[in-house]
Amino acid sequence: MDALILQTLNGLDKGSAYALIALGLTLIFGTLGVVNFAHGALFMIGAFCAVTLQRILSASYVTIDDSRTDFLGNPMEVETPYVHAWFGESVGAGIIEWSVPLAILFSIPVMLLIGFVMERGLIKHFYKRPHADQILVTFGLAIVLQEIVKYFYGANPIPTPAPDALTGSFDFGVLLGFDPNVIIYPYWRLVYFAFAALVIGAVFSFLQFTTFGMVVRAGMADRETVGLLGINIDKRFTIMFGIAAAVAGLAGVMYAPINSPNYHMGMDFLVLSFVVVVVGGMGSLPGAVLAGFLLGILESFASMTQVINLIPGINQIIIYVVAIVVLLVRPRGLMGRKGVMEE
Amino acid sequence: MTKRHVTRRGVLRTSALAGAGLALPTYLRAQESGFTNAPTGDTVTLGFNVPQTGPYADEGADELRAFELAVEHLNGGGDGGMMQTFSEQNLDGSGILGKKVEYVTGDTQTKSDAARASARSMIEKDGAVMISGGSSSGVAIAVQGLCQEAGVIFMSGLTHSNDTTGKDKKANGFRHFFNAYMSAAALGPVLEGLYGTDRKAYHLTADYTWGWSQQESIQSATEALGWETVENVLTPLAQTDFSSYIAPVLQSGADVLVLNHYGGNMVNSLTNAVQFGLREAQANGKDFQIVVPLYSELMARGAGENIAGIPGSQNWDWKIENQLGERYKGTNAFVQSFGKKYGFPPSQAAHTCYAQTLLYADAVTRAGSFNPCAIAEALEDFEFDGLGNGPTLYRAADHQCFKDVVVVRGKENPEDEFDLVEIVEATPVEQVTYEPDHPMFSGGSLGSCNAGA
Repeated sequence: MDALILQTLNGLDKGSAYALIALGLTLIFGTLGVVNFAHGALFMIGAFCAVTLQRILSASYVTIDDSRTDFLGNPMEVETPYVHAWFGESVGAGIIEWSVPLAILFSIPVMLLIGFVMERGLIKHFYKRPHADQILVTFGLAIVLQEIVKYFYGANPIPTPAPDALTGSFDFGVLLGFDPNVIIYPYWRLVYFAFAALVIGAVFSFLQFTTFGMVVRAGMADRETVGLLGINIDKRFTIMFGIAAAVAGLAGVMYAPINSPNYHMGMDFLVLSFVVVVVGGMGSLPGAVLAGFLLGILESFASMTQVINLIPGINQIIIYVVAIVVLLVRPRGLMGRKGVMEE
Repeated sequence: MTKRHVTRRGVLRTSALAGAGLALPTYLRAQESGFTNAPTGDTVTLGFNVPQTGPYADEGADELRAFELAVEHLNGGGDGGMMQTFSEQNLDGSGILGKKVEYVTGDTQTKSDAARASARSMIEKDGAVMISGGSSSGVAIAVQGLCQEAGVIFMSGLTHSNDTTGKDKKANGFRHFFNAYMSAAALGPVLEGLYGTDRKAYHLTADYTWGWSQQESIQSATEALGWETVENVLTPLAQTDFSSYIAPVLQSGADVLVLNHYGGNMVNSLTNAVQFGLREAQANGKDFQIVVPLYSELMARGAGENIAGIPGSQNWDWKIENQLGERYKGTNAFVQSFGKKYGFPPSQAAHTCYAQTLLYADAVTRAGSFNPCAIAEALEDFEFDGLGNGPTLYRAADHQCFKDVVVVRGKENPEDEFDLVEIVEATPVEQVTYEPDHPMFSGGSLGSCNAGA
């Protein structure tokens, strides 16, 4: 029982990342009709926003310490972050330590801007082209973006830790009446789950309860009619592209302490996220979120030793098996509308 | 006088044979001097096949820096590096056998097919007479096989699987780097000293040749100490989040987690294990421990403070001569040379690539020929010193180097960004030596040297 609870928590955590990326993918597909294979790269750029802010906050000046030597035997160059000099050592260290949460604020304008530039500069030229063209151009863009990141940051993962106050683990088992240390779960992963729920809630509220959201939803349902009413739906869809990029970026920022960011982390998530979108139903926002969490949980259960011993290799194929079954039984996906991507 | 009739069928047959002959790869055509890519001018070309893209690109870049440095030294540039400390003083900066050394590079992408394609291109198009490099055992084994077929020498870079000089060994292939068995043999006594003999180990293992080899080796070594193996879970190579695999560890009854992972896998699995509180946990009345059998500086950098205190093994460390003395001479010469050129200390991947290039050049010089079979003969049972690892033997039976192994652990309070690991001990070569027919290395044979002609 304790193992099942633990893997459910794991699944919700994995599902949070899948759901956030799939939500952005679906927003773009639902509004602009574009299959965006560069969405994983946006997630990766979000994580590198955290790395970048950490580096900005850690920017240092160099002094020479004659009492120590470096590896070549020369006097040691000691780097002191400017924030230490400006705010004192403890406050300065605290600012650097909180660079990941601070990167949320940093990443939103950056990701919105990247989203706008991507949409206006490249993707809008492919609206009327076949989906295959859109996939090729966005996949190419993803490779370009990751190579740019690799050029500046290298191929090695870059540690980007969470603040000390949010590291460590929470003993869930004690809450549920189990022995201590039976069900422990890292604080930051719980923060990630809560954050994902918050972002998903905010996106749905934005679409549901604002005039802007109402127009966007109307445009998703019938773009032509909304246009005939004199509403500039293209401009709103561009903004939605920016919002989708920001959602992917936020997912990446908060993921940075979970696994050290590297330039190909977007590709690792991209394929899984597309499976999530297809299982949830192309164009269905609730479907993307539901399928994200569902597949995250299934993947976690499939990684349990008992399950692997029973069906060797199931951990590597479970998501694709589910996708095949769903597509066979219900081709439009769990919550997809009939007719979407079926022409 | 005999009149010869030219028939249509005859012309076609002759054309087909001539075409097939021309279409043969260069290396399959007999050379005048009887071996593949025999250098004819005043230069000789070496091929350096490293990951320039993909997840090991940083390690590949460091290997490439070392190769460039070695070529510079062989051609008489720079300060000569380890050529000054090498026990064989045959290399004088005039190239190899008086021929200036040139090199070409290939990108393995850490994919066997891409690595074979780039090695093939360097051999066929660029005329490379030797191939070196690599940061993955799967790739090294694939390229070693190609070099055997092509008739060139393969001086492998970073490859740690037992299979490279075990069941997949080849007569044209030579490995300076240590292997999984040696890691385990060196780590065993250290683990006993640190954690005792009553331990229960849980293994997470990368699901490919190196992971299996590493797991088998360390399980065997720890069980010989009296440790019990609770579970071995194979994890997909493409896995990024290991939380599902880490979460059950504490409930399994284990009190040690062995991470048979390398590169990004290791950085992520270790980070996840620390997040799940394993380093602070108690199990079976003992402090829970994590072991990473194969270390690298780049991995330590990626894992950050999570690596602190965790034991593992290395082929070499840039601090070893300063800390353990003259036995490891050559280290400081190499570190000075590399550090002055590039601004940071070399990794163990860089060291093994530099050493392999010098060893090849020296073997050619002693053999007096670029013929791969003559070079192989010169390398077999060759004993040398002064390349940073202490006295070393290139064993003829399997083309594996035998030397001391460095046991390390992550440093608790690093003084700078390069000071990531501390040396626990250098395990003497006698302790890590095994018989050529050891069960973990059985199943293959070197075969005979192929000169390619």
